[in-house]
Amino acid sequence: MTDDTQRVSTARLLDRRDERVAHAATLRGTIGAFVNRVRSGDLGSLPVVVGLLIICTAFQSLNPVFLAPDNLVNLLFDCSTVGVISLGIVCILMVGEIDLSVGSVSGFSSALIGVLWVNQDWPVAVAVITALVLGASIGALYAFLFNRLGMPSFVSTLSGLLAWLGLQLYLLGSSGSINLPYGSPLVNFGQMLVMPPIVSYTLAALAGVVVFAAGYRMAARRRAAGLSASTLGHLLLKAALVIIVLEFIVYYLNLARGVPWMFGLFVGLCVVMNYALKRTKWGRSMSAVGGNREAARRAGINVRRIYASAFMLCSTLAAAGGILAAARLASSSQQAGTGDVNLNAIAAAVIGGTSLFGGRGSAYSALLGIIVIQSIASGLTLLDLSSSLRYMITGAVLAVAVIVDSLARRSRVSHGRA
Amino acid sequence: MSTIPDVDHPQEGPGKLVLRLRGISKNFGAVSALADVDLDVHAGEVVALVGDNGAGKSTLVKILAGVHQPTSGTIDFDGEQVVLSDPATALGLGIATVFQDLALCENLDVVANIFLGRELNPVRLDEVSMEIRAWTLLNELSARIPSVREPVASLSGGQRQTVAIARSLLTEPKLILLDEPTAALGVAQTAEVLDLIERVRARGLGVIVISHNMEDVRAVADRIVVLRLGRNNGEFGPDVSNQDLVTAITGADENSVSRRASRRGAEPSREVLI
Repeated sequence: MTDDTQRVSTARLLDRRDERVAHAATLRGTIGAFVNRVRSGDLGSLPVVVGLLIICTAFQSLNPVFLAPDNLVNLLFDCSTVGVISLGIVCILMVGEIDLSVGSVSGFSSALIGVLWVNQDWPVAVAVITALVLGASIGALYAFLFNRLGMPSFVSTLSGLLAWLGLQLYLLGSSGSINLPYGSPLVNFGQMLVMPPIVSYTLAALAGVVVFAAGYRMAARRRAAGLSASTLGHLLLKAALVIIVLEFIVYYLNLARGVPWMFGLFVGLCVVMNYALKRTKWGRSMSAVGGNREAARRAGINVRRIYASAFMLCSTLAAAGGILAAARLASSSQQAGTGDVNLNAIAAAVIGGTSLFGGRGSAYSALLGIIVIQSIASGLTLLDLSSSLRYMITGAVLAVAVIVDSLARRSRVSHGRA
Repeated sequence: MSTIPDVDHPQEGPGKLVLRLRGISKNFGAVSALADVDLDVHAGEVVALVGDNGAGKSTLVKILAGVHQPTSGTIDFDGEQVVLSDPATALGLGIATVFQDLALCENLDVVANIFLGRELNPVRLDEVSMEIRAWTLLNELSARIPSVREPVASLSGGQRQTVAIARSLLTEPKLILLDEPTAALGVAQTAEVLDLIERVRARGLGVIVISHNMEDVRAVADRIVVLRLGRNNGEFGPDVSNQDLVTAITGADENSVSRRASRRGAEPSREVLI
């Protein structure tokens, strides 16, 4: 069937009438198009994959424990907490703003969990919901300051960083930390719970099936409408690749404890966010506001509401990350959300390929970026390096990531792909 | 559901009043950009708005598009007094605007730009229908857009103009405002845009065109309204002479254009033009 469709397509398809545009029809063409895209500065997730390969090779050669299944399972537990925060950062970067207070918000919500759940004996679900709602209110406050008072997000969230940290210390009082009960569902979720092998294998296979089904449905609709569409072989190849890669990862993790539910939650959030950003009107408006605010306003988009949704989503996810961090550590402490949490969350989004300049980004950049950051942290810990060196090395990696981003941006502008 | 006018059913002469402006003024601080401007546009009529730089044309367009609010004056649209408080209101009433700076999002592709703010199926974007509609609109404009899935950043100035015009036609407006629609276009595309304006008129829409190009203005306009220093300064038919138009625009018989013309007339030895 592929040959016939192809021949018809070049002559008649609605979107193939201009012979000046090169279209990738074959596998080689697809690879060629990919190379051209990378050359013009549309790097996508390529730098992350390359970076991850370098990091893995380096650490594995220094300490063979690094790639051991046990260590990777721990790594996934660790990266879920900051990863969820980073997902919020992707949102706020999409509209070209920033939230520097995510670390403090996460620390504040972790303190809230300790105080409300352990000290005040609230049901855990109510404490979690309260923390999330307060997180959203913090975002609403930033949005108010930004939309109505014209306060730059850099400044408002910088003052928020201090204010929420102060609130966190005040809540925890003189004791400084509250231990969460071991064996409770929340702590189990953060420390122990992994998917049964059958569930993780099924989910990995399901991902491939969904990729194929969605692609097939889209291709069928496009073909029926007289537009070019990807061929069946192309779709099958893509789905097969997804299944093989995911099943291998799952198999490897199942050699140890298995895939953490907490990581599953993080990936699930990424998938939902990716859908929301790519396939909904809201997501389109987010990109538009980040790309050209005035154009978005003139197109009738409620720009203020879009900013408000970005700020609120960011701080809500920061609060969620704080709850997960409390569960992971089984304590609400004064240290929660301080130190490098802020930096790591923002760095992960940028390393993953979300632009600091707005309008370009993907939910999966949080996933890829946090794995890079957490791999570095985990590798350096295994090497028994002091935190001074760890900070310096993580800082250097962030600098490299931002340099790659701005060089790629310059190249995109000169290739007309800004 | 075709947006492009049906040429087979032209409307005879101007129809009912679509837009009626009375006493519109707009101050930016101490600067009075518009003072007491009146303007009527009928259905099926092309009104050209001309004037020198700083005459207030773009300000007037921005007021009609809902970007600026007038300091005083009334706007009647379709027989009812309206307040154009924001662009969404203006769009909702049926006033579509193509701005001089086009207002496109360079990071989004052509389809996303055409449907920006009016996407089909908000929770599950209908990309296929949107792409087909985009191609239909662009083909009706005889547009030369290589691919609607490339970001607008990769398009030329003329191509961007076409995308912006296609976008304004998407909502089936009653009134279209075109701010310098031909300024960035090549010869063939200019002719196509002028054809397009006539087809829009034939379908019974009101059109306001702002242009510096007197040739384009006379070719397509039913009425030419001159603004000078933020005030009405005369109204002409399409058969007005260049001399009269320039006089109204610059505000004096004695102006740099007429001086230049007479200088050329007086020096036959240099015989350049006319």
